[in-house]
Amino acid sequence: MALQSPENRLWWREPIARGELMWIIIAFLWGLFMFFMMIYWHLEGKQNLSPESYRVDPENYLARAEAWAEKYKIGEEGDTGYPVVAPPPGGDAYIVARTFEWWPVLQLERGQSYRLHLSSLDVQHGFSLQPVNMNIQVHPGLEHIITITPIESGVFSIVCNEYCGLGHHVMTGRIRVVEPGQGGAALPGQGG
Amino acid sequence: MATATGEVGVIAGIAARFRSCPVTGLKVDLAAERLIKANAVAAVVFLAIGGILGLLVALTRWPAVHLLDADSFYLVLTAHGLNVLLFWIIFFEIAVLYFASAVLLNCRLATPQLAWLGFVLMVVGALLTNWAVLQGDSTVMFTSYVPLKASPNFYLGLILFAVGALIGCAVFFGTLVIAREERTYEGSVPLVTFGAITAAIIAVFTIASGAIILIPTWLWSLGYIAHIDSLMYKLVWWGMGHSSQQINVSAHVAVWYAIAGLLLGAKPLSEKVSRTAFFLYILFLQLACAHHLLVEPSLSAEWKVFNTSYALYLAVLGSLIHGMTVPGSIEAAQRRNGYTRGIFEWLRKAPWANPAFSAMFMSLVFFGVIGGISGVVLGTEQLNIMMHNTLYVPGHFHGTVVTGTTLAFMGLTYLVLPLIFRRRVVWPTLAKWQPYLFGIGAAGISLFMLGAGTLGVSRRHWDITFSDALLTFDYAPAAHLMLGLNGIFAILAAVGGALYVIITVATVLFGEKVDEKNALAAIGPIPTRVAETGSSKNVAEHGSEGLFHLPGTYVLITVFFAAFVLYYFVNWKYLSELWPMS
Repeated sequence: MALQSPENRLWWREPIARGELMWIIIAFLWGLFMFFMMIYWHLEGKQNLSPESYRVDPENYLARAEAWAEKYKIGEEGDTGYPVVAPPPGGDAYIVARTFEWWPVLQLERGQSYRLHLSSLDVQHGFSLQPVNMNIQVHPGLEHIITITPIESGVFSIVCNEYCGLGHHVMTGRIRVVEPGQGGAALPGQGG
Repeated sequence: MATATGEVGVIAGIAARFRSCPVTGLKVDLAAERLIKANAVAAVVFLAIGGILGLLVALTRWPAVHLLDADSFYLVLTAHGLNVLLFWIIFFEIAVLYFASAVLLNCRLATPQLAWLGFVLMVVGALLTNWAVLQGDSTVMFTSYVPLKASPNFYLGLILFAVGALIGCAVFFGTLVIAREERTYEGSVPLVTFGAITAAIIAVFTIASGAIILIPTWLWSLGYIAHIDSLMYKLVWWGMGHSSQQINVSAHVAVWYAIAGLLLGAKPLSEKVSRTAFFLYILFLQLACAHHLLVEPSLSAEWKVFNTSYALYLAVLGSLIHGMTVPGSIEAAQRRNGYTRGIFEWLRKAPWANPAFSAMFMSLVFFGVIGGISGVVLGTEQLNIMMHNTLYVPGHFHGTVVTGTTLAFMGLTYLVLPLIFRRRVVWPTLAKWQPYLFGIGAAGISLFMLGAGTLGVSRRHWDITFSDALLTFDYAPAAHLMLGLNGIFAILAAVGGALYVIITVATVLFGEKVDEKNALAAIGPIPTRVAETGSSKNVAEHGSEGLFHLPGTYVLITVFFAAFVLYYFVNWKYLSELWPMS
């Protein structure tokens, strides 16, 4: 048995039974398939995380994000004090992660692409877009740029899903997606 | 000579004292036996602590109960991870290493004094880290991602614990050398020892990764180093964090073979195949720090794909092989015992009343179905974006580490108690039900966390209703249901876990002494050999091809594989509906 040395000292010369061999071959091929599936999706799939990222000084990142928000601000989110920023389709969109907020609120148009910039000013945070369920890690000192295309309109929330301190559970943000051509129009449904 | 001690094997003036085991006939080095006991006892103590903390976590996640306040929740969650994932499991694994070397190879343990030093370091380290967490200034979670900073004692405790574990590995390797030198066994080492060697090799790699990152982080917490890069920390830390879970896989697969061997006389179908599967672990399981870095900035897709798939899923191949050969060896043994009717008589008539067997078989099934399939899906580069840092992640690793490793170790305990502690398990009826309570409870915990994670619920999160957040949000109502069910199954698992601790402690203290007369009875019900029928002869000895016929195993493996493939493609379907990104 498995607790004793093999009875046959030349155990490596024993042939393998057919059923066992079949399973090994199936399992190996399945592994190969799953491996190439990831590569296939890079070529044909539409959901691949961008590798584009840069080292960045948090202060520099914040300054750029604030200047950008000033330029494209269209109002405030209810009485929360958060600016709502509507960047032009195809343009840059910044989100600043810091304990314990995602800043600012974005307003995007359905079907348009945006270059979304993500970085943290302090510790690691988890960008979790709900209920879409897209989850991306955010590091301090690294600026990650992802081209995203919202395909449904509505109000979406950003939850922090990387533990970042004792206020982790109040760290939320918001992305509004409006119908094409309505960017910059009056804010739908204040608050939420 | 049954329980008498005698002096054997005098080398370089060191006298080792042995007794011989009345059940297995193995020679047991008394120094090894004492160390196995000490490590096993420490393991159970930390399981009890970590288990209670885990129950508190689950009861806080249950929205209707929401037991702890936020600060306590995060503190308790940090301590839960450390106590069960590190301290319980590694103490038990050190016991397994000493068993698989000294006991199985009929050998004296190398340098017992050094082994005790390692044990003391592990105990001191575990206590120091726990103390640091209880102070409240080290609530950084098990992963302690920089730049979150814990107190220096948090890291120092982990470092001491790791050094102690490393000494344990060194003693294990030393014992293998002695066994070879003194020719205490014939031919190759047993398969179980081979599995333990796999675990120990991975452990050395793991502990080295831990040292590389935890020592600078400790110095950083003391102020001697100005900056630790958050991404580099994470990459190296997971060289420890994920690889250490591969020690568990290797160890509990070895335990599966050991329990099946002891209770049923099961032999590996093919020594060559089973050993190759372990060897694949050694070669490829160390990869996989990428599992936690798939949605990280700045790492290339090529590296992610190669690392997350363990090269070409070659380590997964190892597990898929064990997943067939372990039930296959049980079926072959049972058919040899005469249970040859139909496809599943061998399984129906297995010793389900023996807690060692039921724990082992549930561990095998749950590890494969819950932990294994979810792990491969979670570790697929693009699919990870739907699950990263959601409750899917703890759902997956409770499937592997709780229903897999912990349940297997619980099963082994029911054999360690009579054979090493030489005490008969008290309250056999309770012991019979214990693995079912714990196994089903833990499987429920895993499944409902997987479900909540699929709905997007964040892990390590105190309040999923976001009642204090400025920008409000609420998860789908089904998520609340999932977390309620998670709480109920956590209670079930906690009852099972508490029974395990109570039965073990009571047996060690008050169990009836085991000697050669009652030794066989003390290991619990085992299948009786029924009359030889014609077809039972069709089951050959291990390794001889073409003779054995294992229809039951083929049915089980086909069902498993179909579920795996289906679930894999369902997730790609979900992914294709996500917002396009590049």
